[in-house]
Amino acid sequence: MTALLEARGLKAFYGDAQALFGVDFSLSQGELVAVIGSNGAGKSTLLKCLTGLVRAPREAVHFKGEAIGGLPPGEIVKRGLAMVPEGRRLFASLSVEENLLIGGLAGRKGPWNLDRLYALFPILAQKRHDPGTALSGGQQQMVALGRALMSNPEVLLCDELSLGLAPIVIREIYAAMPDITREGMTVVIVEQDVTMAQRVSQRIYCLQEGRVSLQGRSDALTREQITQAYFGL
Amino acid sequence: MLETVLQGILLGGLYTLFALGQSLMFGVMRLTNTAQGDFIILGAFAVIAGTTLFGDAPLLISLAVLPIAFAFGYALQRYVLNGTLGKDPLPSLVVTFGLSIVIQNLLLEVFSADPRSIETGGLNTQGLRIGESLSLGVLPLIVLAIALAATGALQWLFAHTALGRSFRAVSDDREIAELMGLDAKKVYALATAIAFVLIAVAGALQGMRTTVSPSDGPLLLLFAFEAVIIGGMGSFWGTLAGAMILGITQQIGFRFDPGWGIWIGHLVFLLVLVLRPQGLFPKTR
Repeated sequence: MTALLEARGLKAFYGDAQALFGVDFSLSQGELVAVIGSNGAGKSTLLKCLTGLVRAPREAVHFKGEAIGGLPPGEIVKRGLAMVPEGRRLFASLSVEENLLIGGLAGRKGPWNLDRLYALFPILAQKRHDPGTALSGGQQQMVALGRALMSNPEVLLCDELSLGLAPIVIREIYAAMPDITREGMTVVIVEQDVTMAQRVSQRIYCLQEGRVSLQGRSDALTREQITQAYFGL
Repeated sequence: MLETVLQGILLGGLYTLFALGQSLMFGVMRLTNTAQGDFIILGAFAVIAGTTLFGDAPLLISLAVLPIAFAFGYALQRYVLNGTLGKDPLPSLVVTFGLSIVIQNLLLEVFSADPRSIETGGLNTQGLRIGESLSLGVLPLIVLAIALAATGALQWLFAHTALGRSFRAVSDDREIAELMGLDAKKVYALATAIAFVLIAVAGALQGMRTTVSPSDGPLLLLFAFEAVIIGGMGSFWGTLAGAMILGITQQIGFRFDPGWGIWIGHLVFLLVLVLRPQGLFPKTR
């Protein structure tokens, strides 16, 4: 199957420090892929390279056959990639609804709009005029997820959805995934909770120190394989 | 005392116009424009030059200067100031300081050091009598009305429009705003363009109210800066309040002694800086 989104030998740097060492990564239409790894493994850097927040060589990232590496984030979101950043990073001076509306600025047509988001997360409709940052952590994550969906992306990249959230809230967030993927949206989740990652995804990439240490079908990988790849044991 | 306070409020109206552009640029870009006062004077001289070239129609010429100021501000931010933005505030301070020197010398070269004013057909000397002993200038009242309208308009723009949302978003988190598809450099340029319209309005009104000379800019910058600091950076109503406090304080000082007004204003500014460095009414929007 032709890859929808692909990274080929991707290298990334923060100044002189190299964070990714030739990562190969591919994603097919409609997949839900998890990227796991310990702190500093390069998971977030991978997503930032795919969305233009960290500069990548032009030919190192392809989306629907087009080289998009190093394009500005605004250009990439207009092509159909959206990201839920680590730590939510809602706009502090914007209300819940204003945060969501900013997400729609890419101007892409599609099924996601305010009404549909409020149907998915009814609590956000009740708090639509509250400052985004006044919400609980889980509700903020719903806003961050909704803000990304408002751009009607083809690929949704979620960085650490469960970070700092209670297990019951994490389950509530992930319960929305089937609604999100139902219409063929492709999703990448970066996740430290390996059990959750294995349960919700179809394929897994494990990164370790900036390299892919393991990849395969989620239901085919054993706990031992993952532990070995995760910790480098 | 009532007259002193009223005169202070009228002076505060003028200071509000001096300061709003500064408040806008700082609020959106965290950029302190040290050439603010010189751009105000440049605006006044643009209207003076216009009336010299095209005849005595100060209002029409002032209105004609506004779109030019918008385009100038947009281009200045897009092609010069955007390159200075970053975590370090020093590059933007140095560049705007440099611009301040260039503008002062350019105006000296073209217009000489002679003070000039914009001819208003006597509007600047007309008064409105209130009661037996109180008279308020018509032009200062117009300036106050424009200052209130400009503050309200800016607040509405920020709170209720898509452009205002974009201003707040890039101000909160530029990286994530760009991830949402906003072109931060374009948004910054629009903010500066609007700031320069306010600067041009302030310049035209300053030129109508009194005389202006090429070296006046730094003092106007100081008043603008004091108003913004007293009110609280990034809050337009705060800027208005800061300007009013500065105007009233200066007028009270002038009442005691003509030499005291300006320095009592500076004293209040320093007191606020020491006791409440975030300003009296910091960013609330």
